[in-house]
Amino acid sequence: MIDERSAAWAADRRPRYGPARLTDPTGNRRRRWTALLMPRLTPWLFLAVPLAFLITFTFVPVVNLIYYSFTNWDGFSPDKQWIGTKNYTELFERPELFHVFYVSLYYMAASLVQMALALYFATILSFNTRFRNLFKGILFFPYLINGVAIGFVFLYFFQPDGVLDHVVRAFGSHSRHLWLGDPNLANWSLASVSVWRYMGLNFVLFLGAIQSIPGELYEAAELDGANRWHQFRHLIAPGIRPILGLSLILAISGSLAVFEIPFIMTGGAGDTKTFVIQTIKLAFNFNKVGLASASAVVLLVLILIITWIQRALLPSDKVDLV
Amino acid sequence: MNTKRWAGTLAAGLVLATAGCSGGHSAAGAAGAPAPADPAKVSGDITVLTNRTDLVNDGTMAKYAAEFAKTYPDVHVKFEGITDYEGEVKIRMSSSDYGDVLLIPTALGQGDYPKFFADLGAASTLDAKYRFVSKGTVNGEVYGLAQNGNATGFVYNKKVWAQAGITAWPKTPEEFLRDLQAIKTKTQATPYYTNYHDGWPITKWQDALGSVSCDQAAQDDLAANPSPWAAGGELNTIDTLLYDTVKQGLTEADPTTTNWENSKTLLGTGKVGTMWLGSWAVSQMQAAATKAGGQASDIGFMPFPVQAGGKFCSIDGPDYLQAVSSHSAHKEAARAWLDWFTDKSTYAQDQGDVPTLKAAPLPDSLKPYADNGVQLLELSQTKTATVNAIDNAAEIGLNKPDYRQHIVDLARGAASGSLESDFADLNKKWSEAVKTAGS
Repeated sequence: MIDERSAAWAADRRPRYGPARLTDPTGNRRRRWTALLMPRLTPWLFLAVPLAFLITFTFVPVVNLIYYSFTNWDGFSPDKQWIGTKNYTELFERPELFHVFYVSLYYMAASLVQMALALYFATILSFNTRFRNLFKGILFFPYLINGVAIGFVFLYFFQPDGVLDHVVRAFGSHSRHLWLGDPNLANWSLASVSVWRYMGLNFVLFLGAIQSIPGELYEAAELDGANRWHQFRHLIAPGIRPILGLSLILAISGSLAVFEIPFIMTGGAGDTKTFVIQTIKLAFNFNKVGLASASAVVLLVLILIITWIQRALLPSDKVDLV
Repeated sequence: MNTKRWAGTLAAGLVLATAGCSGGHSAAGAAGAPAPADPAKVSGDITVLTNRTDLVNDGTMAKYAAEFAKTYPDVHVKFEGITDYEGEVKIRMSSSDYGDVLLIPTALGQGDYPKFFADLGAASTLDAKYRFVSKGTVNGEVYGLAQNGNATGFVYNKKVWAQAGITAWPKTPEEFLRDLQAIKTKTQATPYYTNYHDGWPITKWQDALGSVSCDQAAQDDLAANPSPWAAGGELNTIDTLLYDTVKQGLTEADPTTTNWENSKTLLGTGKVGTMWLGSWAVSQMQAAATKAGGQASDIGFMPFPVQAGGKFCSIDGPDYLQAVSSHSAHKEAARAWLDWFTDKSTYAQDQGDVPTLKAAPLPDSLKPYADNGVQLLELSQTKTATVNAIDNAAEIGLNKPDYRQHIVDLARGAASGSLESDFADLNKKWSEAVKTAGS
């Protein structure tokens, strides 16, 4: 169509469009050139802005991070020395730096609870429950709140003689707990906040997957005498397997990289330090930005490896229910 | 095929962008900021970075600037109050835009001062006029002058202590603990408040260094001492006092949920008896006390409970150092402000702080010290850079919350191990770092 028009324009040489009047005699050729290129360039023009953001705010910092991990930079000094892989050797020669990963186990356990709860609610609310939209809203709401705000809210919640203590007392228990102060409880308290916060996301993912299962399958199952449990076991569970796999990956990588909630609530004190908090402290408390960058890179690689193992062990086949 | 070409361009773009970002900058170098001779000839717009957002917001700083403008009519001062001063300015230092006059972030190594700041003059001449000169001195040249100084000590609620029947300041750690115990049994107050959660107030325990031995070289000694936590050592005595206070249940129930702003009211109203802070805290506590219906005179200030030679010792240490950026376009104007603020402004007196100018009088908050013959001691800072390097290499963090939070955790049974094993561990880390980072 464009070609036709330019051909016609070339034929009678009478300018039809405003801008064309301004072109010099060679303008004809230029138009042809842009006409050829434009369709291929258009998608890139649309992509340019998001790509620029992606590159500036994701890839450039990652490349910088990897570069810093090979230097002894202290975070502000104008000069930094290239010291090769020395940061990485130091990291692996100090096993105590990896001990903090056991804190992640609490969050992993909690994320399993979180997925089970999310699946439970998603299944129930996918059936015709009363007030289902209201419940959907309530369950998803915590995910929309800023993590820092959640940290502060729960700090008051867990305070001695705070909300939680009053609730416990209403049930008749008068024993005193330091929910954040007792090292045996602190990580469970923090992990439960994380469950409260992220369950909504799992829930919405599961709900979406469940609702994409065609309705006539349920009808057919009901005709065959299947009850709700059978429907869940044979229709819903296999139907949302890919989403379950994805959630598991997100849960595990999330547990390894927990940060906001413990950082705001305890600052990593009292055995609640996670790997990311430790990295932050190395970088900004002890001015070892090089070493901290190296440990950030190690965390990244670790998450990639775990994801890869998970994908290999639990292949997400295409689901075919019919 | 299109994708490939684009991937190439992308990669090239990445490399370019990275190069542009991490290129860094070279410092302006040796340029100094001499004090201007004639006030009328100095001109320029300068930006002053400060951590006192409260004083910027309530117009106090603007009043100082108006006063300053009377002498220097052509210099225009703009203040930039920064809430997270340490974190933010440290990062800005890697650009060239960190104001004309600023407070030197404590994380910055002393040896790096010449890379960032203008030379203010020789230490030998400035030393006669100002306190705390050695903290900002590198190779005999001064790069930073203290904004003000602080004396160390406990702020306490006089009513609570009197109610427990205590009339004299405790002279030994044991006496101190006995007094706190008396407060616990005889009053409703929490004897001591750790301010564990906010972190920074608990780091103030480090300022006590020197008050045990009353030795000017206490800080410098750390640079070569392989075991600062050995029995009888400064840090051993200080940390043991903190440990025992918590261990004997003389502190708040849950340290992990403490709140600094609230702690001022708690102390002001007598719900808390004591906190280890510094003379800077006295005015804030008095304000909190009056606001909560109490009296400013309820707030007392006492030294660390150890006497050397029959005398209490309090360390008079510098607060933030003020410096002129080496990237400043109006170094003379910047220097004029720095000098005026240190010499002529009433800042230190207004805040109840120790003035940097030697000739200026001590604030009222230190009157109890003067009355009771407490010796004010200024620590030598000649090896501070080495001590900081050792501290960072050892990842102990003498001035970071984690180290003392861990001691509180040990004392309240929230961390496994004993104080002795922690001291042994600290000594081990320190001695190893002395070998690598010490000189």
